[in-house]
Amino acid sequence: MKNRSWAFLAGGLLVALLLAGVVSNYASSHPDGLDSSLLKGCTVDADDNIVGGSCPAQQARDHELADSPLADYGVRGVQNSFVSTGLSGVLGVLVTFAIGAGGFWLLRRRDTTPTDGSTPTDGTTPTDGTTPAEGDAATSTDERRHADANG
Amino acid sequence: MHISNGIIDGPVAAVFAALALAALTVCVLRGRRDLDDRLAPMAGLVAAFIFAVQMLNFPIFTAGVSGHLLGGALAAMLVGPWVGALCVAVVLVVQALIFGDGGVAMLGLNITNMALLGTAVAYVLIAVLLRVLPRTRAGLAVTAFVAAMISVVVASQGFVLEYWLGGTTDLGNNLGGLAGTMAGVHLLIGIGEGLITATTVLTVAKVRPDLVYALRSLPTPVAPAVPVAGGAR
Repeated sequence: MKNRSWAFLAGGLLVALLLAGVVSNYASSHPDGLDSSLLKGCTVDADDNIVGGSCPAQQARDHELADSPLADYGVRGVQNSFVSTGLSGVLGVLVTFAIGAGGFWLLRRRDTTPTDGSTPTDGTTPTDGTTPAEGDAATSTDERRHADANG
Repeated sequence: MHISNGIIDGPVAAVFAALALAALTVCVLRGRRDLDDRLAPMAGLVAAFIFAVQMLNFPIFTAGVSGHLLGGALAAMLVGPWVGALCVAVVLVVQALIFGDGGVAMLGLNITNMALLGTAVAYVLIAVLLRVLPRTRAGLAVTAFVAAMISVVVASQGFVLEYWLGGTTDLGNNLGGLAGTMAGVHLLIGIGEGLITATTVLTVAKVRPDLVYALRSLPTPVAPAVPVAGGAR
């Protein structure tokens, strides 16, 4: 990759780290559109806890990994909520980038189409499953035999 | 828009998990054609950026309700529909498995709504709008805004469909009420999604226009045939 691409990548990651590490502390803590729609029919207190009525949200069950050290975007054991949220955000960005970039890098197509005109000496092209080197050798041997037979 | 455990019943969640897995497999197969040495790290960045912005719940005009970016339109704009859907799916998997956000059993439903439905609807709109609108920064901004806003509303109706199939509370005949509430709230959230998407896409288009996937597929506006024809005479 060119230097310009590395710079863009680094700049983009820095923005993501700042958003998740700092700005995330100023995010609204109210339920999102889906959760609030499911609260319809219930009455909630100032902390958005259900205090009465009946609504679909009451069927909600605990998350399988509610005890995860990073559950609910906080780091367990860190008392300062600003640091806890920010740190979990930073870790999340790094983990997501590692999984995303790593996974996509493994998935990327690796066609070795020569652009400089030089043919790969081993003659293998990973795009098709055959091994052209052996195939070519076999064909040419066969042709030679045919030529010999005809001659 | 992450569904918590217990909201949709197990069998329906399992069906959507299988559906999502099949669709993501198609995305991997088709996305490989787009993924080269340059796009792969960029797609990782798009996933990381969406994770970050999804943490930023913003208030909407309705009191006591917030919304956050889903990211399907942004991903479709920057890395295309196939890789874009995979980017959002990576974010959802990380959120479910590490941050306890969105039930693990509900992952198929959440991937269907946000990664598949959101990205697909957005990309269809992007493809149409970029051809219809003038090829200017304003045209690009309107494309990003409209595609993002509508994709959020459609994704919210994906949840309504899932709730109709396997919702754990009997709403009687009031599914239309849920659909209306979801659509209304997500139209407002969609405005936020549209603003974030348009701002991000315009910024990338200014710094590195070659990194905006949606602009790559467009035919170049220059018409080289004219001078060639003139010179040939």
